[in-house]
Amino acid sequence: MPPAYLLIALLGLSTAAYYVGRRKAFALAGRAEGVVKLHSRPTYHGALTALWCAIPALLIFGFWLVFESQVITHLVVKDLPESIRSLPADRLNLVINDIRNLASGNFVSQATDPASQAAADHYRRLRSISHNALALITIALMAAGAVFVRRRIAPGLRARNQVEKILTVILVACSTIAIFTTIGIILSVIYEAIRFFNIIPVTDFLFGLDWSPQMAIRADQVGSSGAFGAVPVFLGTILISAIAMVVAVPIGLMSAIYLSEYAGKRLRAIAKPLIEVLAGIPTVVYGFFAALTVAPVIRDWGTWLGLDVASESALAAGLVMGIMIIPFVSSLSDDFINAVPQSLRDGAYSLGATQSETIRQVIVPAAIPGIIGGVLLAVSRAIGETMIVVMAAGLSANLTVNPFKAVTTVTVQIVTLLVGDQEFDSPKTLAAFALGLILFIVTLCLNIIALYVVRTYREQYE
Amino acid sequence: MNNAINSSAAPAPRRTIDIVNRSLKRRYRAERRFRFYGMAAIVLSLVFLALLFVSIVAKGYSAFSQTYIRLAVFFDPVVLKQDTLVNADYVALVRESLFKKFPQVEGRQDKRLLASLVSSGSVYQLRNMVLKDPELVGKTVEVWLPADDDIDMLIKGHFRRDLPESERRVSDKQIAWIERLEAERRLERKFNTTFLTAGDSREPELAGIWGAVSGSFFTLVITLSLSFPIGVAAAVYLEEFAKKNRWTDLIEVNINNLAAVPSIVFGLLGLAVFLNFFGLPRSAPLVGGLVLTLMTLPTIIIASRSALTAVPPSIREAALGVGASKMQMVVHHVLPLALPGMLTGTIIGMARALGESAPLLMIGMVAFIVDTPKGFTDPATVLPVQIYLWADSPERAFVERTSAAIMVLLAFLVVMNAGAIILRKKFERRW
Repeated sequence: MPPAYLLIALLGLSTAAYYVGRRKAFALAGRAEGVVKLHSRPTYHGALTALWCAIPALLIFGFWLVFESQVITHLVVKDLPESIRSLPADRLNLVINDIRNLASGNFVSQATDPASQAAADHYRRLRSISHNALALITIALMAAGAVFVRRRIAPGLRARNQVEKILTVILVACSTIAIFTTIGIILSVIYEAIRFFNIIPVTDFLFGLDWSPQMAIRADQVGSSGAFGAVPVFLGTILISAIAMVVAVPIGLMSAIYLSEYAGKRLRAIAKPLIEVLAGIPTVVYGFFAALTVAPVIRDWGTWLGLDVASESALAAGLVMGIMIIPFVSSLSDDFINAVPQSLRDGAYSLGATQSETIRQVIVPAAIPGIIGGVLLAVSRAIGETMIVVMAAGLSANLTVNPFKAVTTVTVQIVTLLVGDQEFDSPKTLAAFALGLILFIVTLCLNIIALYVVRTYREQYE
Repeated sequence: MNNAINSSAAPAPRRTIDIVNRSLKRRYRAERRFRFYGMAAIVLSLVFLALLFVSIVAKGYSAFSQTYIRLAVFFDPVVLKQDTLVNADYVALVRESLFKKFPQVEGRQDKRLLASLVSSGSVYQLRNMVLKDPELVGKTVEVWLPADDDIDMLIKGHFRRDLPESERRVSDKQIAWIERLEAERRLERKFNTTFLTAGDSREPELAGIWGAVSGSFFTLVITLSLSFPIGVAAAVYLEEFAKKNRWTDLIEVNINNLAAVPSIVFGLLGLAVFLNFFGLPRSAPLVGGLVLTLMTLPTIIIASRSALTAVPPSIREAALGVGASKMQMVVHHVLPLALPGMLTGTIIGMARALGESAPLLMIGMVAFIVDTPKGFTDPATVLPVQIYLWADSPERAFVERTSAAIMVLLAFLVVMNAGAIILRKKFERRW
């Protein structure tokens, strides 16, 4: 039985368990006003039965699926002929992949040899055994759980308290997922990054000036030795983010000021959501816009002015990224400008300041910590932005700050290194995780600082 | 500076009001300038927005039509033997009918040019016709076949006819044939159903978005069914049950940080954990959905928490006062009142997940997949990734298809966000 059907069965059975438990409780209570005799209302007895029916089975189900494929692969590899098993790890992985593909009925690159066909059959057999066993075990567990609770149902059973306790545990578990996600990110990125730093020294990576991650396929190949000095990549990221901020900060800040201080109700009601629309557009759309509309225009203008502009210039990507970031800057600044107490404005006006003087000399300085927090968040968004730069910025790692040249960024490199065929022990693939680690650390620091600034600022006027 | 010059010429003003009056003009100018900058900033961002939409619609609307050529196809019994209907030489049928239409064409090269007027995918159309109705064999039928993408681009005016022959992809001879076909009303632009119903293809005229749309659907089903319950549960715990201590503080900081972690990092997590550690299938909506769940959870938790805080404490106190337990108070009273706000946040989170592509590139959803996925573990791609893939294709015809796919994606997003707004308007309650 495929796992998906099992889940449906689980749902049906626990619903049934609910009614079984409830009926038993009603039966115990007897007719007319008998429910008062019970400690908990019959629905709680039902709920308790359903929970006991579903939860153990779900846990087993989850664990089983998580480890199933590893166990089966291990078993299959054990039975492979000696000649295949003694292959190096990466080749063995390819063979295993082929076997898995064969087993799930997909096409495989090479013609199938009998050994892997046999292994695939073996794999499929094991998998069907595993699925059947899983079905049997979970259904047995569900029945056992339901029967167990049903037998315990008595007028004195504190069903409500038990249900609530179980629910609380579930709530706590759900709220810890955020922590597990963070731990998962850190562990997975650090683990691969350390493997990378075992091959390439950290200092070479952080301070090297040459980035060409293509590894030689043959030992005697010329020109592609692989160099992992990430400075050009970092510089490209900084360049594009800087261009983006140059676009986004003035426009975002000024529109926030105008909307919150000058604009009438109607303009505000129309313009504000429209600007927010910019934040809701998928980044892949911006990427397309940058690559096919903005970049050619910039190149044509550049040629017209006699400049040498690359077709994948940093300017195009940065400009479009800036447009994307405008709403981040403007909506956060807007919040903080609105949070400045009216008394400050009134004070400035009463001294005879014009509105713009009040804004420039009183309101903005008062809101500046919040605005800085917003800008930092926007910077972290710019650094981590992927699709725009993947589509509109180049791949060549030039060490330049000329916005008309093509540069590459951390995210572009991660994508190009990881999309397509991968071997998990080549520095090329691992380099992506090292870059990811740097990206994560930098954005994390920016976020923490920004959130801290924003938080302390919020408290200031509350 | 004006001040200084004036004060040396005229007797220095004594009263403050004079100094103020003299500077007023300049200050009002500065005021107007400042106001203008603000207006300009807003206008500029709205112009960007308009430009974005206009350029995409202008590029993309033509993808919803496609050029078709009507040919009298003779279903030759010599080619179509009874037992080999599935893999008979349908190319020959198309070629023959073209040669019959233009009998004066001779020479291998010219014949090849002529045959390339019609899409290479038309053979599937003919095959399906024959398989559906084997009676056709031996008859001559007028069939509308899709034109090749180059011809399509020429008809739509994306290739200019007045360029020298060496600079365009369609030769003079082909243009002459096309003009004859047009004159005989055998060449027409019709609504492009293929674009909405087909999967991906290397040939622009055969490529469609249905495969990507279903991939997005399966991915979002996983995301929604995991992130909504988990997000709501987490928010309820943090807002209603958790005591304020170091542990809950840690969780809170974590959630806020995760909301700002670049999406591509979630892709790295998915690659390292779901694919390499747990061995889940590559390119599957299941894995995509899991990654997007982790990504949207913070958004949903934050939105749900603010929906919970908006419920006034008096309701909680009233429930507790009549003897409800804390859980009953939350489940029976607070949650129903906060649900519209939570749903709004969830829809917005889903809209963001629908538009997300970077983390999905990491887990292999960029593969070239022709078949429409039928389940959660079939290899699939999603709409934004499809857009990315097409944007990379060199054919001119893919540009308009990319734009059209973007229009479809934006339409979905507009519908979702409009739903969220309606929900908010309808259930918004001021306490």
